[in-house]
Amino acid sequence: MNDVRLRVNGVARQTAVPDHESLLTTLRERLGLPGSKNACEQGECGSCSVLMDSELVCSCLVLTAGADGRAIETVESLGADGLLHPVQQAFVDAGAVQCGFCTPGLIVAAYALLRENPEPSDLEVREALSGNLCRCTGYGTILAAVQRASRAMYRR
Amino acid sequence: MAVHVARDVDDATRAVAVDERAELIAGGTDLMVEINFGRRRPGALVAIDRVQELRGISRSGRVRVGAGVTYTQLLADDAGSAALREASRSVGSPQIRNAGTIGGNIATSSPAGDALPVLAALEATIVVRSVRGERRVPFAEWMTGPKRNGRARDEIIVAAEWESAGPKQTFMKVGTRNAMVIAVASLALVVDASRRRVGVALGSCGPTILRADRAQSFAAGVLDELGWERQAAPTETACAEFGALVASAARPIDDVRGTAAYRSHVLSVMAARALARVAVLG
Amino acid sequence: MTLARTRVRGRVGESAPRPDGVPKVRGEFPYASDLREKGMLFGHTLRSPHPHALIRAVDVTAARAISGVRVILTERDLPTRERFGLMKRDQPVLAEGRVRYAGEAIAIIAADEADQARAAAKAIVVEYEVLPPMSDPIAALGPGAPALHEGGNVIDDVLVVHGDPDAQAEVVVQGEYEVAMQDQAALGPEAGLAIPTADGGVTLHIATQWLHEDLGQIAPALGLPNEQVRLILAGVGGAFGAREDVTLQIHACLLALATKRPVRMSYGREESFYGHVHRHPARLFYEHGARRDGTLVYVRATIVLDGGAYASSTSAVVANAGCFAAGPYRVPNARVRSVGAYTTNPPAGAMRGFGAVQACFAYEAQMDKLAAALDMDPVELRARNAVEDGDRIITSQPVEGSEPVANLLRRCAALPMPADEVAHPLRAGRPWRDPLLLPGGAGNLTHGEGIRRGTGFAAGFKNVCYSHGFDDVSHARVRLERTDGGIRARVHTAAAEVGQGIVTVCQQIVRTALEVEEVIVETPDTTIGSAGSSSASRQTWMTGGAVLAACREVRAALEERALARGRAMDELAALLDEPIERSVAWRHRPTEKRDGHTQSHGHVAFLFAAHRATVDVDLGTGLVKVVQVATSQDVGKAINPQAVVGQLEGGIAQGLGLAVMEEVLLRDGQVRNASFTDYLLPTILDMPPVVCDLVEHPHPDAPYGAKGVGEPPTISSTPAIVAAIRAATGRELNRVPVRPDDIVFGTVARSGWRIVPGSDPAMAARA
Repeated sequence: MNDVRLRVNGVARQTAVPDHESLLTTLRERLGLPGSKNACEQGECGSCSVLMDSELVCSCLVLTAGADGRAIETVESLGADGLLHPVQQAFVDAGAVQCGFCTPGLIVAAYALLRENPEPSDLEVREALSGNLCRCTGYGTILAAVQRASRAMYRR
Repeated sequence: MAVHVARDVDDATRAVAVDERAELIAGGTDLMVEINFGRRRPGALVAIDRVQELRGISRSGRVRVGAGVTYTQLLADDAGSAALREASRSVGSPQIRNAGTIGGNIATSSPAGDALPVLAALEATIVVRSVRGERRVPFAEWMTGPKRNGRARDEIIVAAEWESAGPKQTFMKVGTRNAMVIAVASLALVVDASRRRVGVALGSCGPTILRADRAQSFAAGVLDELGWERQAAPTETACAEFGALVASAARPIDDVRGTAAYRSHVLSVMAARALARVAVLG
Repeated sequence: MTLARTRVRGRVGESAPRPDGVPKVRGEFPYASDLREKGMLFGHTLRSPHPHALIRAVDVTAARAISGVRVILTERDLPTRERFGLMKRDQPVLAEGRVRYAGEAIAIIAADEADQARAAAKAIVVEYEVLPPMSDPIAALGPGAPALHEGGNVIDDVLVVHGDPDAQAEVVVQGEYEVAMQDQAALGPEAGLAIPTADGGVTLHIATQWLHEDLGQIAPALGLPNEQVRLILAGVGGAFGAREDVTLQIHACLLALATKRPVRMSYGREESFYGHVHRHPARLFYEHGARRDGTLVYVRATIVLDGGAYASSTSAVVANAGCFAAGPYRVPNARVRSVGAYTTNPPAGAMRGFGAVQACFAYEAQMDKLAAALDMDPVELRARNAVEDGDRIITSQPVEGSEPVANLLRRCAALPMPADEVAHPLRAGRPWRDPLLLPGGAGNLTHGEGIRRGTGFAAGFKNVCYSHGFDDVSHARVRLERTDGGIRARVHTAAAEVGQGIVTVCQQIVRTALEVEEVIVETPDTTIGSAGSSSASRQTWMTGGAVLAACREVRAALEERALARGRAMDELAALLDEPIERSVAWRHRPTEKRDGHTQSHGHVAFLFAAHRATVDVDLGTGLVKVVQVATSQDVGKAINPQAVVGQLEGGIAQGLGLAVMEEVLLRDGQVRNASFTDYLLPTILDMPPVVCDLVEHPHPDAPYGAKGVGEPPTISSTPAIVAAIRAATGRELNRVPVRPDDIVFGTVARSGWRIVPGSDPAMAARA
């Protein structure tokens, strides 16, 4: 087992993980953060997306034991004190949530996008979310949600 | 500890030297898939994604891109290679581009690796290092078969180097969806006007990245006539012939992603377009 | 009389936010794969690598020795010989001496850790005697084909005979069509948690589409009375038909009962591909006859559906394909033979649109062929023949309560077209458009060269709810109560929320009928009666209907109480010292069983939609970019407009997938692409903007007139996209998904059989 220290959602966490465990498994099974989802385990769907040192990655492809010292942000880091983050609120308001399995990954990806590019064009949103599959919505409401969040966050 | 996070290249080379079971992991976008599915279980792992020395891009004279440079980095700084930027944009998804490295592409040596046709067409050199020293391998000698290359077990890829080739270059890739696709066929075309050299490399059309020697010579002839430094379009006939020559260099097979016949056809189309496209770049 | 003092928000007709939206965006919504229980074990399944084989021996000795393994069960260890299956109980819980598809379950294991269970599966030694696969459903129907099940290889056989089946016409067009195997690919893979209970029974937390149907298959297989098996709906990560059949339910319960420990089973993506049913692949042989003026005279068709190894819901798919084979058109004469065959391919079953999707691809291709033969505009030809109230479809059932399909077509045709045409390539060679907007996307294949744009239309239809005399019922319980915070209602049904929004619909109906804003939707489980499946676009009609009926009874009871106490009805605080609760079992108007010619009023109602698609095709590479899809759909009444649009857009995405990229690739019964690397779902870069025109033509029998909306978007979107590709390329394209090869080489898919449309496929001759 490997002792790993991570900063997860702003909190210092320490855990012991087997050599081959992915960050997705660690988050879900050891750190009490089941928000990131497992839909493919091979980086093809984005449901497990988290920010690692501020970069959007698939947590199923991160070797936890190799990530010692990294800062991780999951969907659970968004919103505070019972209030939703504007990105989360926008997804609710725009009807961009159906079964919701893709939703945490999409919210993290949208959050990452808006942090870097507060007023993205439609095409920029699409390219930024191209690693997140959704099977329910057809993406139209998701695009609307991201633009809604952009307006809410940057008062366009 | 079976997972070692390397601090620098020497640390990494020592770690793989002392432990025979040790394998390297950078972005993890290939290896973690194998691990998640139980297909590979390395006895030990050396993580090299924190080695700063591998993440540099330098361009004084010879271009040198560190093996740990990610595709996202290359989209911001393409090391002067438009084809590399185009290839990087076609890789996977933002999540994959943030983690995946050019060194990983080189190490995995899949014929479908997106950066590899570009490196081949640029006549890049792969630089590897071990506790025994540094070795430089021309890309043309690097891949020995599908997912096989000349790297010794204890060698780490540290960089890819090439001579800057100018703006006349492009990369194209066929996939049946607009994002996150493995290439059905891919092509890199580099016209190095200052050196009067044409590089054409094909991906997903054979067991390794293939070169199209006859097509290269033919294109050089066309450019001799048109003028290498000019921005003049070759005739449609010339482009079509170039396309046919490129297709004839391929050794495609039928597989789950496409048929050999389609691969040949689409290579000829890509190549014809590529020549028309790069000839007018300046 | 209105009950509420202030206006109740979130009523029928408003885009009320869904009650589970907040937990879902927080990542707190508990899906089946998120469930944990103290002391739980991990279950895993050993599956057959062969599509067809006898099992000579199974040796679990080495597997049992693996540390952490608690129990391994093979068919010898099963408590009963009961089989399961949606319509025929033809599937063994674990393979009995014979394997009929690659992926069939052979053994199940429970271990302390998931890795140990997987290692144990690898350590089980199975001796197979491999048998030849039977991969061609038409061959399977032929005389002399080895019987895969007792009774032969016909799962079901439906004949539709209408008017004069041998009618003749001046203008005739024929065609052979193929629809490949699509997968539902819900993002949430299969998962469930089984917990043994003190009474010797088991509680199963399960992501499913129909709790009570599962129960009806699980309890007998376990040898337990229904009362000892309780099902509770766990969070569902999408369904689209994949959860209508039993997958891991019986396995998880068996392991829990054998170990007396909670057991969780959770499939990965690859196992999910093997572990659930898929859309029926189909071969369709059609002949349309019409008069010179475009009036349809007859349709004759033979439809062969590949049911795979087990029957699942093939019978219903076969019937649907037959009934809807001629499309939403007036066709006075028809002969349609629709047959489902057993093969050794993976089992096929329910997927959104079932049977109607396959037929629509064929009949809409036929309509375009006819339009070309008549030199008529494709929309005009359709509008000329399109049904409206009073017209009969080929089962003789009249259309009722529906917008004339001609109106849907014309409205759709009038929706705004997409803005840009792709310009001709520039001489300067500099890209003027981001390649992401063009076919091939980031593959950088074109900056405008070789692009041609095309537009195509299609119309489609299907039934809503179940058919042919099925006694469909939905139960609902509604309770009106007073709390410290005010007045609130609780609604309990067993309706599976799979993402479609039935939870929101229930809330909205209660808010409207009882004028109470706070409505709690209780967790669906088997303590209440069945709500039927979340399929057939039926939940709004049936469970919505049940909830509305229960609300009406609550209201009536409230009125009675008010009268008895001499109070006004809106004095809720006083009247609700005791809550009022009413339960209802709600049915639709009965449908008629099928007769030998399938002439009966077998359906509750029909759902109609029209689609228009615009595509750009790169003629050189054969790659397609769908530029826009526009649709006019008769939704009856949009209970939640935003949610309805979500269903339409989501369904169109699945239709787009089937049109250009989704296919489970099979070779001799082996799945070659059981992963998201090679089973391609549309990404956000593949989906175009969608223009939705919701047409509200209420149906008198539906709650608030609201029809179902989930399936029509997957039915005629696919043919519209293919029609657009044909317009751009001139290619015949008789198969979906369209592959780049088909565009580049003009390949025509051939079954290798000659079948006279309308005839028995068992009489097929080799072409």
